[in-house]
Amino acid sequence: MAEQGYNFAYLDEQTKRMIRRAILKAVAIPGYQVPFGSREMPLPFGWGTGGIQVTASIIGRDDTLKVIDQGADDTVNAVSIRKFFARTAGVETTERTEDATILQTRHRIPETRLGAGQILVYQVPIPEPLRWLEPREAETRKMHALEEYGVMHVRLYEDIARFGHIATSYDYPVRVNGRYLMRPSPIPKFDNPKMDRSPALQLFGAGREKRIYAIPPHTGVRSLDFDDHPFEVQKWEDVCALCGSGDSFLDEIVTDDRGGRMFVCSDTDYCGRRREAGHAGPTSRNGEADGA
Amino acid sequence: MYVAVKGGEKAIEASHRLLDEARRGDPSVPEVSTRQIAEQLGLAVDRVMSEGSLYDRELAALAIKQAQGDLIEAVFLLRAYRTTLPRLGNSEPVDTAQMAIRRRISATFKDIPGGQILGPTYDYTHRLLDFRLAGEGGDGSDGFAPGEQADPPAEEPVPRVVDLLGREGLMEEDCGPAAGEEPPTDITREPLRFPAGRDARLQTLARGDEGFLLALGYSTQRGFSNNHPFAGEIRYGSVAVEIVPEELGFAIEIGEIEVTEVEMVNQFRGSAEAPPQFTRGYGLVFGHQERKAMSMALVDRALRAAELDEASVSPAQDEEFVLYHSDNVEASGFVQHLKLPHYVDFQSELELLRKLRAEFEDPPAEAAE
Amino acid sequence: MRPVAAAGNGSALRPGFLAPVADSQQVFRRVLRAMSEPGSLQNIAVDLAPPAPLDRATAALCLTLLDFETPVWLDAAADGEEVRAWLRFHCGCPLVEETDAARFAVMAAPSEMPALGAFPLGSEAYPDEGTTVILQVPSLESGEAVTLRGPGIEDCREFRAAGIAGGFWKQRREMEALFPQGVDLVFASGASLAAVPRSTEVRF
Repeated sequence: MAEQGYNFAYLDEQTKRMIRRAILKAVAIPGYQVPFGSREMPLPFGWGTGGIQVTASIIGRDDTLKVIDQGADDTVNAVSIRKFFARTAGVETTERTEDATILQTRHRIPETRLGAGQILVYQVPIPEPLRWLEPREAETRKMHALEEYGVMHVRLYEDIARFGHIATSYDYPVRVNGRYLMRPSPIPKFDNPKMDRSPALQLFGAGREKRIYAIPPHTGVRSLDFDDHPFEVQKWEDVCALCGSGDSFLDEIVTDDRGGRMFVCSDTDYCGRRREAGHAGPTSRNGEADGA
Repeated sequence: MYVAVKGGEKAIEASHRLLDEARRGDPSVPEVSTRQIAEQLGLAVDRVMSEGSLYDRELAALAIKQAQGDLIEAVFLLRAYRTTLPRLGNSEPVDTAQMAIRRRISATFKDIPGGQILGPTYDYTHRLLDFRLAGEGGDGSDGFAPGEQADPPAEEPVPRVVDLLGREGLMEEDCGPAAGEEPPTDITREPLRFPAGRDARLQTLARGDEGFLLALGYSTQRGFSNNHPFAGEIRYGSVAVEIVPEELGFAIEIGEIEVTEVEMVNQFRGSAEAPPQFTRGYGLVFGHQERKAMSMALVDRALRAAELDEASVSPAQDEEFVLYHSDNVEASGFVQHLKLPHYVDFQSELELLRKLRAEFEDPPAEAAE
Repeated sequence: MRPVAAAGNGSALRPGFLAPVADSQQVFRRVLRAMSEPGSLQNIAVDLAPPAPLDRATAALCLTLLDFETPVWLDAAADGEEVRAWLRFHCGCPLVEETDAARFAVMAAPSEMPALGAFPLGSEAYPDEGTTVILQVPSLESGEAVTLRGPGIEDCREFRAAGIAGGFWKQRREMEALFPQGVDLVFASGASLAAVPRSTEVRF
């Protein structure tokens, strides 16, 4: 049951309406950052207030919510946000990706492919993809208006000249539907291909920066690259130590101070379900790896 | 097996219990009441109300208590509460010329109509620790009869110094909105746009972090921008807040608030169209906060560079830089969000760096040409 | 339904949502889905007895999206004393006479609507200021078929709206060249709604 004393999902109805209008415009102009009157939330700016305001404005009693941070359902921040909605909206929560109608995430897209009707809400720290190249909002807004994205290509090309390839590994810039340059939030570039033509609706909320943007379902999302240096994602030589997966994003765990380390899935739901289904990695009980 | 991320919920609960303990401190020492904070830590309360954008002494005191005296955390608590309040109406502009004055000074004229009123100030105290305050009942209030109170609030309205200059045509017109203009913007509902209007700027500065504005204001005095400020007037006292209920059609007073107002007088060479005249920098904050209001006025004037056709070369004149970074609730949140896990981004960087190192030490054929 | 207040002409003012929080959330999710999947039909399931000539979907959209921050333009068919009183009471939205001041437009007779270009299209820098145009039509199952392509549509989708002005789709198609500036269309009929945002290509 929702907590007394506050409105359903914490926000007052006028604030929800304002955010809802911004979300609709964001969906209508894919990849464009819609300014909105972001409110102070009872959680600090920078800790997911944009995602929380978006979720609070869309969520209803029939929804089932999943919250992840770094791919995991039980990191303290994910727990804290999930609890916030359990308290203020009384909605059901889940860890199973396919059971959720709304998924709020920080820094990852789940490994399990999302389906039609699901909504993925991203927490965004800095929404402006050109921000490190041009700190001024007045300028970057002009650059978007004029579709002046050459500086980003130059920057990526400088990487190639210096390192032999593009040296951006997360928050990797994308073009949405061939128009707006968009920052996907600090997800690893490993996750970028999951955004492309996803059947799910993707909403991005930046609370401190007061911007909302969106990718409608089935929308082309292209990671920037060059003909001679095509976009590619991270690969690991290892498999998940727990479930043996060779195709999920792996976290590195330092096990001692002598260089010992192991790799485990960052997506805890995906990993746990694989283990339930009988998959095992090199350090699990039977000691046998599969996958990879 | 790696389990550090498990048990998040229990860890949070335990952390909250430890926080409660730390806040209470030694239980043999009497608990401080919010009433005591409101009465005896009044300047802290003023700052929290100002930057929290909510005039409520009791709630600000509660926030200070809850935050263990961490004023920025208290500001955040107040803001988060403020945002849940319904908007019942908009007040009429407060008229500071009608202020019931407790303190009022001008550095520009030796004597002014209404007089210089020193009022309560630390300005001429010698900053010697007063060990009488360390003991109970040693605050010097014992032998203090109410009748001896110096400088009672002025009875009559006291004219503003800048208005005296304005009568001579030496001060630019008040650049506030004229009747019939658009209502002022509301930065709590509409995100900032650039160039920002003065309404949005003053609202942002009024709730801006005192330390940030102090440093910026200071920088304008050291040559980072070209202010030549005089403290035209600093006044502190209470003003009436009025609203016009739709069903009545006339203004009624709903209460009084204490504010500090600062008008800085700055030089201006004039232009082809305008004769030489002084320009204004304005500061207005809740409660008694002269340092903040003066800093605000200095920064307001510095930010008028573009409007007054001055070169904009210094940090304090850079509208985006100042307005986007003055809010301590935003700044504190984002600086401290670095405490949140960044395993995934870091892993991505680590993987990339290892790859680059491997290539550096053993260059691939094509890159070595 | 119980009347909640008297309208200017003395007749009883019709109520808004019975459960404002839950109803507006439900309607918003339908319109969000409609905007995310252009041309798809969404049905609202809220109890509502709106003032004539507004259909349930039209009225529900108003209650969900309009308030004191959204200037609204009404076409002649929608612009009646009862609708005005109802919108003012339940939404508190300013009603504007000029199309170029509208954040939202509500049309009960789109066959006689003004040119789409008469409404604000937003600027290059702030395209989100383009108007949301709500068109109440007799049916979303008959009328000229057009083909929609673009974000939110896997391949292509057929869409029909009866009772719109001749040349409407041509106007809309010409507006595509202005993207990201433009207007976003929400069609309402009975308890159904559908959307054609500016990102959608319309072919016929």
